[in-house]
Amino acid sequence: MKLVVVAGTPGSGKTSVLMHTIRSLKQVGMSPAVVKIDCLWTDDDKRFERLDIPVRIGLSRDMCPDHFAIYNTDEMLKWAREQDAGVLINETAGLCLRCAPYPDGCLAVCVIDVTTGPNTPLKVGPLLTTADVVVATKGDIVSQAEREVFRERVNEANPGCRIIEANGLSGQGASELAEVISETPDVGKELTLRHNAPLAICTLCTGEMRVAKEHHMGVLRHIDGFTEYRGE
Amino acid sequence: MQDIHELTIICGIDKSGAKEDVEKIRICPGEIIGIVGPTGSGKSTLICDIEQLSQGDTPTRRKILINGEAPGRDIRTDPRKKRIAQLSQNMHFLADMTVEEFLRMHAKSRNRNFDTVERVIDIANTLTGESIQPGHQLTILSGGQSRALMAADIAVISDSPIVLIDEIENAGIKKQEALKLLAAEGKIVLVVTHDPVLALMTKRRIVMRNGGIRQVITTTPGEMNVCNELVRLDNYMMSLRDTIRQGGLVEQAVVV
Repeated sequence: MKLVVVAGTPGSGKTSVLMHTIRSLKQVGMSPAVVKIDCLWTDDDKRFERLDIPVRIGLSRDMCPDHFAIYNTDEMLKWAREQDAGVLINETAGLCLRCAPYPDGCLAVCVIDVTTGPNTPLKVGPLLTTADVVVATKGDIVSQAEREVFRERVNEANPGCRIIEANGLSGQGASELAEVISETPDVGKELTLRHNAPLAICTLCTGEMRVAKEHHMGVLRHIDGFTEYRGE
Repeated sequence: MQDIHELTIICGIDKSGAKEDVEKIRICPGEIIGIVGPTGSGKSTLICDIEQLSQGDTPTRRKILINGEAPGRDIRTDPRKKRIAQLSQNMHFLADMTVEEFLRMHAKSRNRNFDTVERVIDIANTLTGESIQPGHQLTILSGGQSRALMAADIAVISDSPIVLIDEIENAGIKKQEALKLLAAEGKIVLVVTHDPVLALMTKRRIVMRNGGIRQVITTTPGEMNVCNELVRLDNYMMSLRDTIRQGGLVEQAVVV
């Protein structure tokens, strides 16, 4: 079974692009299953169910959604195998740009919205720089020159990635993404992340509400960049 | 990519899923083709199909061939190899950069020399009213200035054998000058337009309805005469527009 991890900035069109891509995958005889990870609420499962494929949602609630997705990868793969899926597509909530929830051996897809401007590829970090495929959406809203400059910036941030220009409304780019997915090798047994998840080992992680410094322990970073361990 | 001697549109389906009324359109270098039809009839979609070099993978199922063959993936996607320039209907830039920074970046993406940047700005300033400066933020440019800059960028940085133009008459830039600038000799040019002057300046025009191509009309000698009349009228209109823009009065009608 193949594993595809789809991450991207909120509102970039991950779900819309995936809907078209799943249709293309089904047309070429692949059987996809989708797990959508979100934080508090989602009704994307209803959208995916219309495609008549196995769908599961995971809500991370007050846990970091990427930590949640990574921790549950084995369980998601097991579930997808039980559904006889040929490919598991894991769509993440993608809220924190510090993270890149891609294990090695998966197809890492970063969806990014062209209208956010050509500096965005430099801002999103490992989410984009460690991706195999960068899907640039909403290109119809900007000029050709702007699309090309955006593409250049993506190339600078992640040389060697494959860039697909897609449109979640018309379905442009979906068949190309489906083709890349069908060429992806099956996922291995021992998965390792391509990039470490964000550091967060402190009292805030366990629910401390008070703001003042004296209440916090753990590995903490000051605004000037100094990192210390406070505690016993 | 080798020289382009033919662009072919293999027609697909319209919005209702019915076959288009034309099967195939062949266009040669040096031809200016108009695309006409009511709003929402699929004119811009046709232009986008050509820009993407669609291979039956868009909702219209059209295929675009170059020299009779389906172009490879590199040619379809890499701006360094792509030989198509498109002026879309977009009237504004969203990029948070200066004009110079943006043009340098675009020149790099198209493998052009950086001295093209200055030329783009100079040419843009011949099409628009208030001049554009290299240090201007792109996002503060007016619709007309943005459009003029996009047109000049196409003429210089994106200079390509195939040029697609979507409603150049919008935004108050000098449309005839802009068309002349973009439709240099030996190019394949497709112009979406609602403007009778521009429509009749083309050699043939594609008529769209309900998302599909309905017919291709060759401009008749009679229409060319009408076009000449219209150009004179249009120039008169433009001179009035200029006078009014400059704060002048136009109390006497000049007979044309």
